Amino acid sequence: MSILLNKKTKLIVHGFTGAQGTFHAQQCLEYGSNIVGGVTPGKGGGEHLGRPVFNTAREAVAATGANASLIFVPPPYAADSILEAADAGIKVIICITEGIPVLDMVRVKKRLGAMKAAGRDITLVGPNCPGVITPGECKAGIMPGYIHRKGSVGVVSRSGTLTYEAVWQVTSQGLGQSTVVGIGGDPVQGMNFVDALALFQADAQTEAVIMIGEIGGSAEEDAARYIKKELTKPVFCFVAGKTAPPGRRMGHAGAIVEGTAGTHASKVAALKKAGAKVVDNLSEIGAAVAAALKTKTKARTARK
Amino acid sequence: MKLLEYEGKEIFERYGIPMTARRGVLKLGDSLERLKLDGPGPWVVKAQVLAGGRGKAGGVKLARTPAEARELTGAMLGMKIVTHQTQGKALIVEEVLVEDACAIAREIYISVVLDRKEACPAIIASAEGGMSIEELALSNPEKIIKVQVDPEAGLLDYQARQLAFDLKIPQKNFCEFTLFARQLVKVFLETDASLVEVNPLIISEDGRLLAIDSKIVTDDNALFRHKDQAAKPDHEASEIEKEAKAIGINYIGLDGDIGCMVNGAGLAMATLDTVKMAGGDAANFLDVGGGANVDQITRAFQIILKDPKVKAVLVNIFGGIMKCDNIAAGVVEASKKVHIRVPLIVRLEGTNVKEGREILARSGIKIEQAGSLWEAAQKAVAAAR
Repeated sequence: MSILLNKKTKLIVHGFTGAQGTFHAQQCLEYGSNIVGGVTPGKGGGEHLGRPVFNTAREAVAATGANASLIFVPPPYAADSILEAADAGIKVIICITEGIPVLDMVRVKKRLGAMKAAGRDITLVGPNCPGVITPGECKAGIMPGYIHRKGSVGVVSRSGTLTYEAVWQVTSQGLGQSTVVGIGGDPVQGMNFVDALALFQADAQTEAVIMIGEIGGSAEEDAARYIKKELTKPVFCFVAGKTAPPGRRMGHAGAIVEGTAGTHASKVAALKKAGAKVVDNLSEIGAAVAAALKTKTKARTARK
Repeated sequence: MKLLEYEGKEIFERYGIPMTARRGVLKLGDSLERLKLDGPGPWVVKAQVLAGGRGKAGGVKLARTPAEARELTGAMLGMKIVTHQTQGKALIVEEVLVEDACAIAREIYISVVLDRKEACPAIIASAEGGMSIEELALSNPEKIIKVQVDPEAGLLDYQARQLAFDLKIPQKNFCEFTLFARQLVKVFLETDASLVEVNPLIISEDGRLLAIDSKIVTDDNALFRHKDQAAKPDHEASEIEKEAKAIGINYIGLDGDIGCMVNGAGLAMATLDTVKMAGGDAANFLDVGGGANVDQITRAFQIILKDPKVKAVLVNIFGGIMKCDNIAAGVVEASKKVHIRVPLIVRLEGTNVKEGREILARSGIKIEQAGSLWEAAQKAVAAAR
């Protein structure tokens, strides 16, 4: 098992024929992801990277039975592509695009909310994220496939390269990942920490979770409440931005401390209180997980 | 991007937000004769800086006569301002706004913000204006009114009425207020703002409803559909920051002496934290972007080395799609083009890391390599000492 993506996932790529879309779709194909086609308005009927190109998401879904979307469309049009994918019946929508105006995402969330209220099953991941990967099965995103290894650690993160860093440490410890989810660094986004933690909690393959947060917003505090109430699996956290100056946007639009909200101290305190293991030094997160899981395995072997 | 008070008020003007008459904006170097004041006065002279609390720091003064207004303006231009929001740094007053003063009977706080949790805009208001809303939120949270706003419909009539009743707006100003609140939301939605704040909104002694201050923060991501805004200067960014932005590098200057070059915003933040933990202070936040090719790396070195405070440079790159051997070649190439006058510490990790490290070792360039971020941070701190 895994979450969001598996061997059966049929992926379509929006912005398929563009430079970003082409490069990363090629990488996903090489990893073994089942990309069944792409969407580029006006280029329908053609072929790209050996896969059919469609004018609309509806056509693509009708022809291929796709159930997941990977979006590389430029910022001014990306919000529209998310809604197009949702309208076409796609269940898992992963938006990589960085730089979508916040109010566009506010409008997207409103419409997706209405669709979900009407009974549709839709999960949006991103935008401004590295994507999702279930090692050995499906890579839908811009992360380097090579650093991953199939295993039992679920990873969820607001940042791209920081995720790679954590994943690499886990792999270097001889462990692997069930699924790695980059939820992105924007203030208004699809899936949040709580959503991902709930999926990992329900996933039989996942034995421990790494959560990488950063300053800004209250997603980590919300996650802390969920961890305390519902999560029975061990959680290991790192929160970036301890030394960031207030009021400045640290790269990600969401990574900004405003007034007394979103500080590093508040997040770390909440997570620690909820029983999560918080590492101050990022370089130690892989070892911390390994130590916990190896003790667990030993205990299990001893019981047998 | 944060707008100055008068820039925000220019936008307010287009939306019919009631304000006192603005008489002029003077820049550093302008002749004071440009300030034409007629009428009985008094006037208020206001430093245009991006920080709250300027009143207490001498950035807002009352002038009784045109001569006094000119004198105060002259004294304020070029003045240094330190407030609780400037983190101990002094801001230099480069522009001054002069407008009609009025006697205040009541102050109200009102703003439109993005409610991240609910993913919608919201009005935050309080019948007790003038003070810091953060303080009020802590001391008397029950005094803060919050109204969620639909991003497409804007503030509805009944919501505006409810707000007016909750804020105990006098009968005389009631309709004026509901229109003001709806227009304020319109400013937020149509300028792609992340904050529109009026603190204070006042009722003057002669019974007028007036926006005395303005604070607007716009969403950089939406600049592509606001060409007029995109053309304006970013008052918050330093010269180096602006230069970096123009070539697609995300740079924020800090106070320390260790220059940092990292790929990815999250990893860049974590690198600053690790440097601090190792006992040092970073000179900057710098995200070279996911690609990190020779060109970007060269430019990033040039930008980091413009800061005279830098005593060591720490490069922390996680090679993903871009492989470590390519990045190492980039670092070598860049260090040939740019004279690096300080110790250089490089930590590479990820795809083809072995080949990458070999390239650095064979290059003959004086590079200290590190196996982990922690080791790199410690080496950089030692080198800067």
